[in-house]
Amino acid sequence: MSVNLTLLTVMGVLYACGIYLLLERSLTRVLLGLMLLANATNLLILTTGGYAGLAPLFAKDTDPGAYSDPLPQALILTSIVISFAVTAFMLGIIYRTWVLARQDEIQDDAEDLRVAETPSFDAEDDAVIPEETSEFPLPAVEPDAGGTILAGARQMPAGEAAAEERPGSRTTAPNQEGGSE
Amino acid sequence: MNIASFAPLAVVLPILGAALTFLLIRHSRAQRTVSIALLSLTLLLECWLLASVWEGGTAAVSIGGWLPPWGIVLVVDQFSSLMLVVSSAVSLAVLVYATGQGMADGDSDAPVSIFHPTYLILVAGVSNAFLSGDLFNLYVGFEILLTASYVLMTLGGTGPRIRAGVTYVVVSVVSSVLFLIAIAMIYGATGTINMADLAMKLGDLDQGTRNLLHVLLLVAFGIKAAVFPLSFWLPDSYPTAPAPVTAVFAGLLTKVGVYAIVRTETLLFPGDTFNQPLMVVALLTMVVGILGALAQSDIKRLLSFTLVSHIGYMVFGLAMSSVAGLGAAVFYVAHHITIQTSLFLVTGLIERRAGSSSVDRVAGLAKLSPLLAVLFFIPAMNLAGIPPLSGFLGKLGLLQAGVLLGTPLAYALVAGGVLTSLLTLLAIARVWNRAFWRKPEDAEHPDPVLLAAPGGESQGTGGAGTSSARHTVSLLPRTMVGSTLALVILGVALTVFAGPLFRLSGQSAAEMLDRSSYIHAVLGDEVTVPAPPQPVAQGGGK
Repeated sequence: MSVNLTLLTVMGVLYACGIYLLLERSLTRVLLGLMLLANATNLLILTTGGYAGLAPLFAKDTDPGAYSDPLPQALILTSIVISFAVTAFMLGIIYRTWVLARQDEIQDDAEDLRVAETPSFDAEDDAVIPEETSEFPLPAVEPDAGGTILAGARQMPAGEAAAEERPGSRTTAPNQEGGSE
Repeated sequence: MNIASFAPLAVVLPILGAALTFLLIRHSRAQRTVSIALLSLTLLLECWLLASVWEGGTAAVSIGGWLPPWGIVLVVDQFSSLMLVVSSAVSLAVLVYATGQGMADGDSDAPVSIFHPTYLILVAGVSNAFLSGDLFNLYVGFEILLTASYVLMTLGGTGPRIRAGVTYVVVSVVSSVLFLIAIAMIYGATGTINMADLAMKLGDLDQGTRNLLHVLLLVAFGIKAAVFPLSFWLPDSYPTAPAPVTAVFAGLLTKVGVYAIVRTETLLFPGDTFNQPLMVVALLTMVVGILGALAQSDIKRLLSFTLVSHIGYMVFGLAMSSVAGLGAAVFYVAHHITIQTSLFLVTGLIERRAGSSSVDRVAGLAKLSPLLAVLFFIPAMNLAGIPPLSGFLGKLGLLQAGVLLGTPLAYALVAGGVLTSLLTLLAIARVWNRAFWRKPEDAEHPDPVLLAAPGGESQGTGGAGTSSARHTVSLLPRTMVGSTLALVILGVALTVFAGPLFRLSGQSAAEMLDRSSYIHAVLGDEVTVPAPPQPVAQGGGK
């Protein structure tokens, strides 16, 4: 298949400019970039149809090979309509950005920035859990302060009751190595 | 009578509905009735298509009587009809949810009245993409659904939505341009864009050209499906949209991309040329996605990251190109559409009830609204793959297929799959612990609605029953809860009927890998289907 060098060159330039504009931060330039990309692709589709021939209108004694290939042109028409709709929508978005922010720049995502700034230490997930050995926390009573509380059916000194909640705290004192006798 | 003659109705009915609802733009009640009725009708039609395809095999219809390979064909096979049924069921539930939300908020503003037509156009585009037997028609289907999704994404035109919309629109347009370039090159190389015809002709090209076309299509579809290096746009753009819109996007749009990748891999480019790279990509998608989810505090963003991560499972199943792997992937797609959508719908309810979707601010919901807790808990456990739910069955199928394959890379993927499943559980459990089990007083800046709830902790639970029930009705409208409940039940039903569904996905996988029924349905029984190239084949175009 032979190709048209002019079309290919134009297509290459359109792609290059389109990609350059797409990487800009201004929305209008991004839109222009998208339009150039769409048109470059339309040229590419046109190129795939091969050399231009006769208009594809049926006439009885014409050689089928003499016609232009009509399919790429149908595809281009469809894609032009689609890119028209997208361009109109993008223009709407650009106008809305201008109304809202009085600028035509692409904004950073606020939530992304917030997550990036979050410290790796999360107080709720990573903090040391305060040790709570008793299943039924007793009112804070000093062991030697005296006073009695009702435990079960009998009265007992508060210190005794608190010690009973921590098995082993009084009967076996840990030795220096940390193990119990 | 060819049953596929009714297939175009799956596209035409929603478009008709869109036209009618656009005419009825001032009558919101009629709009609701028309759109729900037409979507239900579409769902019934698709169920019937699925049933008849299951019995009668693949069928195709040429639009307007233009014969393939020149005209446009719509093809109904087991995979596409299963996708149609699941997607329509999910979109119907989301539509009911959205109308419930609209009625509860009582707003009849102009932007909301275009919701119905746009939504129906979206459904039409999804159906068209699933049915298309022609690459350019697939492109048109994508464009229909994408253009509708641009409008839905920026509904209301608030600042954050416009910002998210820009990312989404630009990325989608670039992926569409790539797809169009691929179509142009394929047409230049083979002179056809009919998929069945391409399946016959692509094998004759030399290996280098084939690889180029293959990679172009994979990149274009990879952006749409949010496969790892190309998934950056998704968590930035989905969470800002209204809850029902995010739900339907998460459920359907990425899966259309996955569907297109499946078709590319099985029908157009069979064989295992790109299996190794696809497996690596699947592993990275799973692990990187879920690590991203762990860092988030907003439930919607967290779910968007799990969405990206679980796309990896589907690519994993697909990349094995075995009947077991592809069948499990088909099952997983059906499961994931349902589950991910219901999770996003529940998050919408959480946001209504608790005034925020950030796990730092939401707390104590298990006590305030036990129903909401149940609605969240079941799909969440399903997503993490806790037995016996369908997520577990799908993952089990994938892991079994991976072990069956037995290569080192497959074992790495099996390990990665298990790890991702555990990390999903961790991410979900974090949400559960904070939003549902924590006391409201412990939250950061809790919404007053959480603290002022009737029957709060200070008074104990006595007497909270009737008053709290009456109070939650306004916050949780019955239609919204009802449609979410329906989706959750559908998710559970996928578990109950997992046997038949697994058989169906296995059959459809075998059919797709064989290719002959698809090609015969489109091009007639006379053609001889070329055997899929073996790994050692050099390509016949020399």
